[in-house]
Order: sequence, then structure tokens, then C-alpha cells
Amino acid sequence: MMVKPIEAINDFVVKFANVNGSGSASANELFAKSILRMGVPVSPRNIFPSNIQGLPTWYEVRVTEAGHLGRRGGVDLMVAMNPQTWNADLKEIEPGGYLFYDNSKPLPASKFRDDVHVIGMPLTEICNRTYSDPRQRQLFKNIVYVGALSMLLEIDPAEIEKLFSEQYKGKEKLLTSNVQALHLGRDYVREHLPHPIGLRVRRADNVGERIFVDGNTAGALGCVYGGATVCAWYPITPSSSLAEAFQKYCMKYRVDSVTGENNYAIVQAEDEIASIGMVVGAGWNGARAFTTTSGPGVSLMTEFIGLAYMAEIPVTIINVQRGGPSTGMPTRTQQADVFACAYASHGDTKHVLLFPEDPHECFVHSAAALDLADRLQTPIFVMTDLDIGMNQRLCAPLLWDESRQYDRGKIMTAAELEAGRDFGRYLDVDGDGIPFRTLPGTHANKGSFFTRGTTKDAYARYSEAGPDYIYNVQRLLRKFNTAKSLVPQPVLREAAQKTRFGAIYYGSTSPAMSEAISALETEQIHLDTLRLCAFPFSDSVADFIAAHDVVFVVEQNRDAQMRSLIINEFDIDPARLTRVLHYDGTPITARFIAREIANRIHSMNVATIDQHRVA
Amino acid sequence: MTYLAKPKLHHPTLPQNKLCHTRRDYEGKISTLCAGCGHDSISAAIIQACWEMDVEPHRVAKLSGIGCSSKTPDYFLGQSHGFNTVHGRMPSVLTGANLANRELLYLGVSGDGDSASIGLGQFAHCMRRGVNMVYIVENNGVYGLTKGQFSATADQGSTSKRGVVNSDSPLDMVGMALQLGASFVARSFSGDKHQLVPLIKAAIAHRGAAFLDVISPCVAFNNHAGSTKSYEYVREHNEAVNRLDVIPLRKEIRVDFAAGELLEVEQHDGSVLRLRKIAPDYDPHNRIAAMNYTQEHQAKGEVVTGLLYIDTNASDMHEHLHTTARPLNALAARELCPGKTALDKLNAGFR
Repeated sequence: MMVKPIEAINDFVVKFANVNGSGSASANELFAKSILRMGVPVSPRNIFPSNIQGLPTWYEVRVTEAGHLGRRGGVDLMVAMNPQTWNADLKEIEPGGYLFYDNSKPLPASKFRDDVHVIGMPLTEICNRTYSDPRQRQLFKNIVYVGALSMLLEIDPAEIEKLFSEQYKGKEKLLTSNVQALHLGRDYVREHLPHPIGLRVRRADNVGERIFVDGNTAGALGCVYGGATVCAWYPITPSSSLAEAFQKYCMKYRVDSVTGENNYAIVQAEDEIASIGMVVGAGWNGARAFTTTSGPGVSLMTEFIGLAYMAEIPVTIINVQRGGPSTGMPTRTQQADVFACAYASHGDTKHVLLFPEDPHECFVHSAAALDLADRLQTPIFVMTDLDIGMNQRLCAPLLWDESRQYDRGKIMTAAELEAGRDFGRYLDVDGDGIPFRTLPGTHANKGSFFTRGTTKDAYARYSEAGPDYIYNVQRLLRKFNTAKSLVPQPVLREAAQKTRFGAIYYGSTSPAMSEAISALETEQIHLDTLRLCAFPFSDSVADFIAAHDVVFVVEQNRDAQMRSLIINEFDIDPARLTRVLHYDGTPITARFIAREIANRIHSMNVATIDQHRVA
Repeated sequence: MTYLAKPKLHHPTLPQNKLCHTRRDYEGKISTLCAGCGHDSISAAIIQACWEMDVEPHRVAKLSGIGCSSKTPDYFLGQSHGFNTVHGRMPSVLTGANLANRELLYLGVSGDGDSASIGLGQFAHCMRRGVNMVYIVENNGVYGLTKGQFSATADQGSTSKRGVVNSDSPLDMVGMALQLGASFVARSFSGDKHQLVPLIKAAIAHRGAAFLDVISPCVAFNNHAGSTKSYEYVREHNEAVNRLDVIPLRKEIRVDFAAGELLEVEQHDGSVLRLRKIAPDYDPHNRIAAMNYTQEHQAKGEVVTGLLYIDTNASDMHEHLHTTARPLNALAARELCPGKTALDKLNAGFR
């Protein structure tokens, strides 16, 4: 049975199945970016193993003129370059979809599908014929298939050549050889294969001013712009590239043009404990400091996080979440550190969490976290994840208000101390729970204090007296309450018509959620949504839940951690919140969300439109 | 044994240093350690050294971990900011603080439990980074606050107060500091203030990672027969390789010693260390020789004290990182934020 080939312009999914270490990553990115340069939004996802060479890796490109930036689910064109995953890759192709493969050797033994359209091309043969160097044969195979795809999908080769010229500026030899490989692929298709296929790219104007960047790069720039001067970190996937990008941009923007000295300090610590320790020390001494890590790193840091909470020291932690627990899935995404971070450390602790939805917000929240840390004198977590952190995403340009001043918080100066202002390190002078601090070295005989994790009185004197302890921990709670008004507020999106259904989500779920809402509308299921941007929660979260009969909480972990956090913080009936959970390590898809919510609503046997409320 | 005078009195005739401070101005809160604790003697030595060096108390940041020793920063330099961090992790916090403001004097105080066990890793890494600091380990071979467990520096075969024999080999922090790249390594004894005070002064004058291992008997749990960290044992087995004075160059130098008995070592800050040699062939400039010397004597059951090694050309972490001479915590937004124009260019590059 031959199924009609899929016909789609600017709306399809291409997936590349490669072997890690084969040099395919840059070629696949080149493919995605060339479509973007034609004005068509793309949303790529890099799915890679936790090793360097040999294991399977995939790169999925969603071409989406409508601008849906979440994963859609399903594959229209599979570029199957890895025999190891051949069978599984084949299964993912939508009926009527396309299989592109290297037919230099016979097809791998498998039960072949007759509902996909097979496009074979002797990539290895072409490369072996053209190149003598084994590495070149491997690397240029990737460029040759990009060239072939550009013919099959009608991608303008001029855009690809332009990308080459940008990438290999000043390296003419590399530029020439890449362009040559590109045209090897194009020429073969032109001469031997029917083209174009049913999937095509047509020039559009839907990208606009948006930028194409990954969250770790944007987060690093947020730290540069936000005035971070000290970064102490320890390598861990998927956060390492953030620290590395911070280093790159500091080298570019933070070297004094006169002295050649660095206006920053970056230390690759011996472990995560040392990295957070350095951040605590730097924060205590008045520098804007941050670390970047992932779940296992947070586990190691928790003792220091508790100290920073208790001793009230500004600390910024960017947690690029991955699949846990333990080593879990180091190179796959999840939102599974919500609990670990919200209540990190022993005793009664609560921490401020920020949840960026895309790279743009990684920039915004990283810079904001440095302000919040200074203002609140406490640890601030930026809760990004692998999906945002390591995948390039189309997003709003990065913006910076030149008039913006860094919020250094309540730091008492030598002049204020000299003027006789009463200084009690833990005195709640303003009723907001936030005390004044002094920096070491401020004044010869006023304002010094002793910092400790043990309890103390309002003047930082060691005290084991119950009332002093109560005073401090209650004040810390008051400070946490103050944070409610300082953190980004939740984003409410009302359905086109009144509805009894609501959905709460956060972080990287955002683009898939937006698309799912549209899909559900076509089934006459309308949802009001609330995107959480921070913890502590605004009271509007409780109001939102109260205003709906059923509230779905969509998240990417097994135990519905955000749902539990909401229940815990608002002390509300768990039955009011319905879990929608996705946790296989791949980014959540619009199809999954829409199907889950539709199924739940149908199984509840309730009308999808609340006639009473509509009236 | 303790020579930290309490309570605090301000007699008008007390001598003053160049800053018009009396020695009492360098004291802190009343110690809550056991009477006779060697740690109090070290606190007194720190006070004496800082007073004699005309150190501005508020320009000192004193950091510690957890334990008896780590409580002591509250008992000296009351006008300094202090920080009890977490167990064994003082070095990283001090490193961060130093990164934020390189202009302060950083005094890290730790114990053998704090630095040789839970904190061994951080001790190692701050030494190799060359953090400009004075790192004092108040070494009593025992966990005092938890009442008498052996620490990692307790000698094999020594006994606890309860009669338990330590079966593990000891860690020698001096040997490790030498190997790890500390540029100033010394050992002393809390009961020998004539040696300890100049050593602390020399460590303060040194730029780079200065490590002092100070044997400090625990009167409550490790000052008995069978302990190799007791007052009696250390006094009987102490071999001082040198005595020294630190003389800031801004003062007139008066040489009171006959030529040939002195070795003068100029420090980065211009001060001069004057070593009076006791061991006839001891050269504190040779790292390898220092390692050999201490090991040989340790094998004979001797505790070698004095300035064991100094690198007068040492560099510190900030030099390695090429950081600005100004404190990072004082940089303004205009020096840190690349601005809108740069961001516009970055945005263009992301398209």
C-alpha cells in the first residue's frame, strides 16, 4: 500500500539520526539556520547521549511558518544516518512521510514500511570518491546531505553559502571546501532524484526581529549585563556552556581597555560545594556572584544554600535542570528540581525560584536574579532546563534599558554608620523582613558583625535563646513574603470564551502549551492558562485555582512537583489540581498536552462549554 | 598556658601602635573555650601580631569553618567582619571573599578536623590557587566539640582520653601544603608565643597562600599521656629550625644580631623577615629540602617548627586570573555592563 506523500510547505518536522562524534551537529544546525534565513521560523531540538562518541544522537527541526516553537511530535522527513537506530527511527515517520538514507550499502535488515517514501543517496560512495582523508570523508558527508536536502526541499543555496561565509570568515580554504560539498549534494539530487518532494520551504517573512539563541548563551549574557563579577562553577551537563559563554563574553566586554586587566573573576572550582562556597564568600563581600549547575550539583550545594539562607547572603544559582534522580538522564530534559530547590537544605527553608520560558527570559531572569539576590540577601534560583538551555530557540531580542541601575539592596555605608544610624545586622527596620548589611572593611569601628549559620540576635550576637530564633525565622518568612511583590508575576491568558477549565504551567513547557491551547480550541475545549514565572507564588495563583472547577497542572516530572508546591503553599484541596505529566526526557509536545487534557475532560463526562458561565 | 588576658581593661598607659590602638583594641569577645586551650593562645598571638604590624582591624576578614578552632575568630579582632562558614569549607568562602575584594587581609582559621578531614579537598585547592591569605590550622589531633574523636592528624598509635588506640596513619598538613604549592609554610606550637607571633607577622606580610600549622593541645580531650599533641609531648619533641622577626621597611632597621647568624628575607610588602638559624644548614627557600627535612625529623618523632618554606617571588590568585587591581565589589555598572549598542550587535549576530 503506498500512502499519498505528505505535502506541506513551511510546516513539517525533519529529524536527523546521527552517531555522536560524527560531526553532524554543525551541519544540522546549518540546515535549520538556512531555513530561518528564508524567513521561516524553525524550532530545533538536539537529543544527544551522555558520551562523546559512538552512541546515537538526533537533531529534530520543526519548520513552522505559524511559529509554533514547542515540539510537535511525529516526523515527516527522517534523515537516517545511523544504522544502530534504523528500526526505531523508521517507526517515527508519519504515514506518507519521507525516509532519506545513505544507500551506499544495502538497506539494513528490518521490516520495511510501505507507507513511507524512500529517498536513497550514495553519500559514502560520493565522499569516498571525492575525498581521500578519512575525517574529511566523514565530515563532508554531513554537508553533502545538507546540500541534497536543500534541493529536495527547495532551500535557497545562497542562504547556506552566506552562512558558510560568516562561519569561515578569513578561512577561505574551509569556505571553498564546504561550498563544494554543498554542491556535490545538490548536483546529485538534480541529476538522479525526483525533486522537490512534497515538503518544501518557501520564503516568508515570519521571523521578524526575533533572534535565534540558546538559553545558556542568553543566561550568560544576562549575568554579564546584570553585573556579575564573580563566577565559580564546576562542569556539569547541561549547564557548562553557560559558564563557558560567560567567560567568552567577559573576555570580549570586561577587559579594561587601558590596563588590560579583567573586570571579572571566573574560577572553575574543584566541585560544586566549592563553587557555591566561593559564591557565598563573594556575595558576603559585596560582589555580584553566581554559579551555574544542574540537579546533582544542587544536591551537593544544599548545605551552603542553607547557610546563605540563614546568614542572609546574596547568591545566584542558575540551575539548568536535567533528568534525575541521581545521574538519571544527564543529557535529557526535565523540570524535576522544583522541590530540591524550593526547599533546599535542612530545617525550614524557602527559596526564591524564577522560571524562564525561553532564552529571552533566561537573559532577563539571570540579570534580575542578581538584583533580587542583593535586594533580598538570599539565594535566588533561575530554574531553566536542558530544553531551553542547550537548544537554540527563536525568541524576542535581548533588551537592556540604559537607564537601569543595579539594585544593590540595603547596604549601610560608612557615612550612614558615621552619622550614628543604628546598625543591627538582623534588625527588621523597614518591616519587610530585609535587614541592612555592611560589607567587610566599611568602617574603622562601626558596623562590623559576625556571620554564622547558627542562630543569633538582631545584632548578630550568638544566641541560643528561643525568642531570638523565632524572631529570625519569622523575619525570614516575612522576607519571603516581600519577595512575592518583587519577583515576576504570573502571566494570565484568558480563553476566547468563559470556561470552567484552567491550566497552570511554567518554564520550557510554554511554547508547547500555547500550541496545545489552539489545538484544544478546535475541539471546543477552552482553557484559561496561568504561566508561573516565580516562587513564591502570587496570591493570584490561588485566585486562579478558585475561579475554575478543574485546573490542570502541566509539568515535566513524575511526581507533579509544582502541583505539590502549590498545594503545600496555599493549603488547598489536592483534588482541585489535575496532573498532566511528561517525563521521558524529551521536551513535552503540543500533541501530548492537547491529547491528555482532552482525554481527561472527556473522561470527566462534563460539558466542554459552560453554558451557564457563557450566559 | 593561655596568655590571652581577660577581662578587657583600658588602662591609660597601655602602649599604642602607629594607629593609636592598644593591644586590647585587637581583642574580641570573651572566649568560651576551655581554660588552658591552646587555641586561646593562638588567638592571643594573632592579636599581638596584628597589633605589632599596625594592621587596621576593620581591614581584616576572618573566616573559619566549624569546630573549636573555628569559634576563635569571635575572640579576636572584634572590629573585623567574621564568618563561621560550614564544616571544612572555609577555604572556598574565603576564596570567594578574596575575589570580591582583594584589598583586605584574609585570615582563615581552621582546625585539624575541619581542614584535614572534611575540608581536605578545599584546603588543597586554595593552596594550589595561591589565595592570598593566612591559613592557620589549630591542630590538636582531636575533635573537641564532639568530645574526643581522633582527627586525621592524630598520630598512629596515639591514644584517646578513653584509651582507644588510633590505628590510622596521620596526615601531615605541612607536608601537604609544601607539595600543594603553598608559598609560605610554617609550623609552630601554641605554647611558644616567641616563635608564633613573628611567624604570624611573617605570614601576614607574605603575598600568596601562607600556611601555618600550629600544634595546639586540647586540654579537655588530648593532653594526656599517650597523646602526641599534648603540651608535654610537643615541648619535649620540638625542634625549632629558626626564630624570626618581621621588620616593616618603613621603620628604621636596627640590626641587633651578629652578621652570619641572620638570614634576611624581603617580602612583597617591603618588610624583611630576619631568620635566626638554629638548624645550621636549614634553607627555607628550598621547597624540596623543606619536605625532606620535615619528613626526616618526623620519622625520628620530632616536631619541626619554624618557617619551613618561603617563596619570596610568589604570585597570588588575582595575578593568575589577571583581575583588576580594584576590588571587584566596587566596580560600577558602567564598567560592567556592555550597554545597548553591544547588545544590538549581539542580537544581529543571533539572526
